[in-house]
Amino acid sequence: MSYFSEIYDGIKTLLTGMSVTGKYFLNSRKGAITQQYPDNRDTLQMFDRFRGEVVMPHDENNEHSCTGCQKCELACPNGSIEIIWDRVVDEETGKKKKIIDQHIYHLGMCTQCGLCVDACPSDAIKWAQNFENSVYDRTQLTRVLNKPGSKVRAGVEE
Amino acid sequence: METATLNNTSPKSNFKSEEYFINMGPQHPATHGVLRLLLTIDGEIIKKVEPDLGYIHRSIEKMCEKDSYQQIVHLTDRMDYLSSHINNEAVCLAVENALELEVPERVQVIRTILGELTRLSSHMLWWGVMGMDVGALTTYFYGFRDREMINDIFEETCGARLTMNYNIPGGLMHDIHPNFVKRVKEFIAHFKTKLPEYDRLLTGNVIFQKRTKGVGILSKEDAINFGASGPVARASGYSCDVRKYHPYSALDKVNFKEALDTAGDSFARYTVRIREMWESLSIIEQLIDNIPEGEHKVATNAVIKLPKGDFYQKVETARGELGVYIISTGTKNPHRVKFRSPGLSNLSLLNHIAVGGKIGDLVATMATIDIVVPDIDR
Ligand code: SF4
Ligand code: SF4
Repeated sequence: MSYFSEIYDGIKTLLTGMSVTGKYFLNSRKGAITQQYPDNRDTLQMFDRFRGEVVMPHDENNEHSCTGCQKCELACPNGSIEIIWDRVVDEETGKKKKIIDQHIYHLGMCTQCGLCVDACPSDAIKWAQNFENSVYDRTQLTRVLNKPGSKVRAGVEE
Repeated sequence: METATLNNTSPKSNFKSEEYFINMGPQHPATHGVLRLLLTIDGEIIKKVEPDLGYIHRSIEKMCEKDSYQQIVHLTDRMDYLSSHINNEAVCLAVENALELEVPERVQVIRTILGELTRLSSHMLWWGVMGMDVGALTTYFYGFRDREMINDIFEETCGARLTMNYNIPGGLMHDIHPNFVKRVKEFIAHFKTKLPEYDRLLTGNVIFQKRTKGVGILSKEDAINFGASGPVARASGYSCDVRKYHPYSALDKVNFKEALDTAGDSFARYTVRIREMWESLSIIEQLIDNIPEGEHKVATNAVIKLPKGDFYQKVETARGELGVYIISTGTKNPHRVKFRSPGLSNLSLLNHIAVGGKIGDLVATMATIDIVVPDIDR
């Protein structure tokens, strides 16, 4: 007797489960979350807080707002940021002032923790949303964030 | 004489069983990561299970000793990556307690909501993988489909889907995204229709019940002796929810029931987690409409120095009790950090409950213990 009731139970629960899967089988496009990457590259919109890689925005005069304070370098847990800096004499005040020579960012070591962007007092660095970072040679992952010939925007103080 | 020799070589008398070793892992998909199990088996019957750890050891505890207290937080993302928000919260709470820092109510509520969302997403992934381990591939897709909504919420507010690092000592890195409340409400409405489907698809299935009921039984005494925590211990009737006994953040303001069972078998561990999902949903529902206004962080010194002494904080992750123990000598780095991870204690009882069972059942049992290997190795 229990043999037959077990068969009955088995078929019943099987059909219950299949009613769930069958519903999705018939409405397969509804509620689908699969994205047709990379075909949807043109329309793919990442969330604006998404942490892809650290970049330093420059304005049209090739100026950024990094003062070379090294707070991001200190905040970084794994040494992904190196600041090479120098002191120059400010023409107006005659005082010595710190400027950056190179803001070096090792994307290959970065854990995308966000501490550097959070630590920067002048919002000189921010997150870019691109995530396609594969390269043929890992040296290409080391980037100099300040563009050649750029300088710090006037009025940004340490 | 002749007959005796013949008798000895006859297949029947020579066919004696022998124990032998096999390796399960470290790259076996059913071990959920790089865990190696040394199995001593006799035919199909398991005689001994020896977990061999260390394949993903990254010395996180040692790394903490050179890091500042803000930097430690992001390392804990990489321990139990499915509960990363709760891990972050544990470190932040430990540091805040040591500094006697009171975080705003808004921060507490947001932390709790995000913590419960993390628990939900972890349990969803577990549910999908659990089904897959007993041979039902569909659950995997359904679990991941619903988890995607939570991942989107995290990505929008925290900036990452898995390693969020959204908590900082003193509050949150930035305020919640304007869409946060709307998205969470959408998710709750969506998931309330999906969770009953989980039951219809898997819980009620006869094959699944036969694979899990009465398999891998853990008694309450053993659960306590092995230091089990989380759903594994609660399925054996050991009430140990840190959220109930030592509420942190906004958990003392909400009503929820601790999911308990007494059977102690794989099926009990399964149902406890399903019930926990309902409880998490209800916790989020209670909080989402009244997130208090206020700041999202309190200012701390740029260099945090803890007072001399040792500090302990425990939280309930999706897998059980996570303890963070910090010894400070008053400098900007901790002298020693110890994490009491739930996964290690829960894994230690695997040998106890798997012996005598079959290999196929070992996979199902392991799925219900819900192992995350980076949490075990650290
Ligand atoms: S995101 Fe973190 S790891 Fe990456 S550069 Fe910034 S501080 Fe360093
Ligand atoms: S990027 Fe910001 S934190 Fe880093 S050196 Fe420049 S100003 Fe300072």
